Amino acid sequence: VIEQQFVNGVVLGCIYAMLALGFSMVFGILRLINFAHGEVFMIGAMVSITVLNLLLAKVGPSVSLVVAGTLLLTTMIVAAVSCGVLGMALERIAYRPLRKAPVLAPLISAIAASIFLQNVAMLIWGRQYIAFPAILPTGGIQIGDAAISWSGILIVVCAPLLMAALNQFMKRTMIGKSMRATSEDLEVAAYMGIDTDRVIVAAFFVGSVLAGVAGTLVSLYIGATNYFIGFWAIMKAFAAAVLGGVGNLTGAVLGGLLLGLIESFAIGFLPDLTGGIMGTQYKDIFAFIVLVVFLIFRPSGLLGEQASERA
Amino acid sequence: VALALLGAPFAVGALLGNYWVRVMDMAALYVILALGLNVVVGMAGLLDLGYVAFYAVGAYTMALLSSPQLNLHYSFWALLPLAGVLAAIAGVALGYPVLRLRSDYLAMVTLAFGEIVRIFLNNLDAPINITNGPMGISGISPPYLLGYSLKRNYEIFGVEVTYTAIFWYLIIVLALATSFLLSRLRDSRIGWAWGAIREDELAARTSGIDVRRLKLYAFGTGAFFAGFAGCIFAAFQGFVSPESFTLFESIAVLCMVVLGGIGSLPGVAVGAVVLTVLPESLRGLNDLQQALLGHQYVNGTDLRMVIYSVVLLLVIIYRPQGLLGSEQRRRELTAARGGS
Repeated sequence: VIEQQFVNGVVLGCIYAMLALGFSMVFGILRLINFAHGEVFMIGAMVSITVLNLLLAKVGPSVSLVVAGTLLLTTMIVAAVSCGVLGMALERIAYRPLRKAPVLAPLISAIAASIFLQNVAMLIWGRQYIAFPAILPTGGIQIGDAAISWSGILIVVCAPLLMAALNQFMKRTMIGKSMRATSEDLEVAAYMGIDTDRVIVAAFFVGSVLAGVAGTLVSLYIGATNYFIGFWAIMKAFAAAVLGGVGNLTGAVLGGLLLGLIESFAIGFLPDLTGGIMGTQYKDIFAFIVLVVFLIFRPSGLLGEQASERA
Repeated sequence: VALALLGAPFAVGALLGNYWVRVMDMAALYVILALGLNVVVGMAGLLDLGYVAFYAVGAYTMALLSSPQLNLHYSFWALLPLAGVLAAIAGVALGYPVLRLRSDYLAMVTLAFGEIVRIFLNNLDAPINITNGPMGISGISPPYLLGYSLKRNYEIFGVEVTYTAIFWYLIIVLALATSFLLSRLRDSRIGWAWGAIREDELAARTSGIDVRRLKLYAFGTGAFFAGFAGCIFAAFQGFVSPESFTLFESIAVLCMVVLGGIGSLPGVAVGAVVLTVLPESLRGLNDLQQALLGHQYVNGTDLRMVIYSVVLLLVIIYRPQGLLGSEQRRRELTAARGGS
């Protein structure tokens, strides 16, 4: 059982880490809780299902593994790009007009944007869970006592690759370097001739691309999606970011992985601990507990908050 | 005004039908809720996004203690203050650990808390059935006055008085009492202290205000009125289920406060009425689509939250002081981000 919970926790943790990264990038620069980040992820999942269904309708339902891989990759790219664009639009519409306003105003607009996206998604895709087309073969591999599905493997492979790519992007490219400079100090970066508006838009784009890929991967892994998944997604991304240190990208990855493991083990042992009274239906409360405990006792997180003097 | 309030349910009932009297009842109920949230958001400047949790506490207090669910049948009049007090206790219990957080973190925690309460309401039907889970609790007793049920239609001197009209009087009296109490509170020492905390927490602390305690008061007071409204809601509907206490309800009430004008009592009341009536008028959209396009594409009632979110977004960007907010508020809400 322990091995299985560990494997589940790592898969879950990879997802949380990807979400927390996008959240933390924006927070690092703007000190803004991008609440609509969860909705970007949800839209990514929804778009993936729609695109994949369209593609499958073209090529027919039974496909070889190579074709399936190509389709999945295409889907992922479409989802990632549409999410990236959505992220930029959100920045433009909901956040930029309020950049100088007191901290609660952009949070309210973020929540309004997020409620808007949820309800529009509900109008388009309905209230019920919609199924992800079965494209990968069932089964998976067995590691000791733990089983992991092919989609789970895909997540564990994709997530570190993307994070490595992000790391290189932040270190090597000009825009990545500007991003780091801007998150150190927005004003000084602007004095140094960095076009901070462009950097902010880029941060929203990159973060939303990650959320879009996460959307495809999660709906593939879970097998179904509905319009409300963004809410807990952003809550967990927030909890993971707080756990690792808000605004700190290494911390976001670490926090995501830890939160995934905590949640997985808590769900695994909760029924035994409470004599079967509390089961998986309570899974979402752990992120909340972790969040509150960390905010109260260690608000700067495990690795420390970036630019913590402003917290 | 008094005459208008007295006659309103009959006029509306005769002109628009009984359904709209029901909408009026809900509007008055939302006035109480929005006034309560305004204590937290408007007076003390704390963004509480899990407000619906306290509404749920009030509603389930009534539902559990006055229905066949646990076979308890206490009187509505006794449960009304009890619901408020229990909700206030819940508010203080949540507030105690989290009120020291930064304002935006506080908002996130309260938001999550609202959904957590719903998880419990949904799942406390096993192993012992307390809340009856997603099915909800039905058969909640109506309030009685002098032995007469208030949830029945009567005929008085040949005039039909529907229960929705009776409830209108009940709710409007409570709403007026609420706004009276809150206007007194706003002008009291506590209200002034809240204003000081909202404008500059550090300065307030330096002036000897016990910030932590006053924030707890605000949380407790806001929650009290939510519980109060919840109890009326349960008695009015005769049925409660977790469906009524989603995140969207919290946002809807927040939207009423923001639209009307954060901190302004008449503004908040107007916001509540406008935003209750507006989505209801969208029901007419269904027939319109049918007539114009020959097919019903979207259900008008599903647009409720879409409208709320757009209103919220537009108001917060273009008119942060809301419809009836003051100039001072506008400056508070648009001032460049300062120390905290």
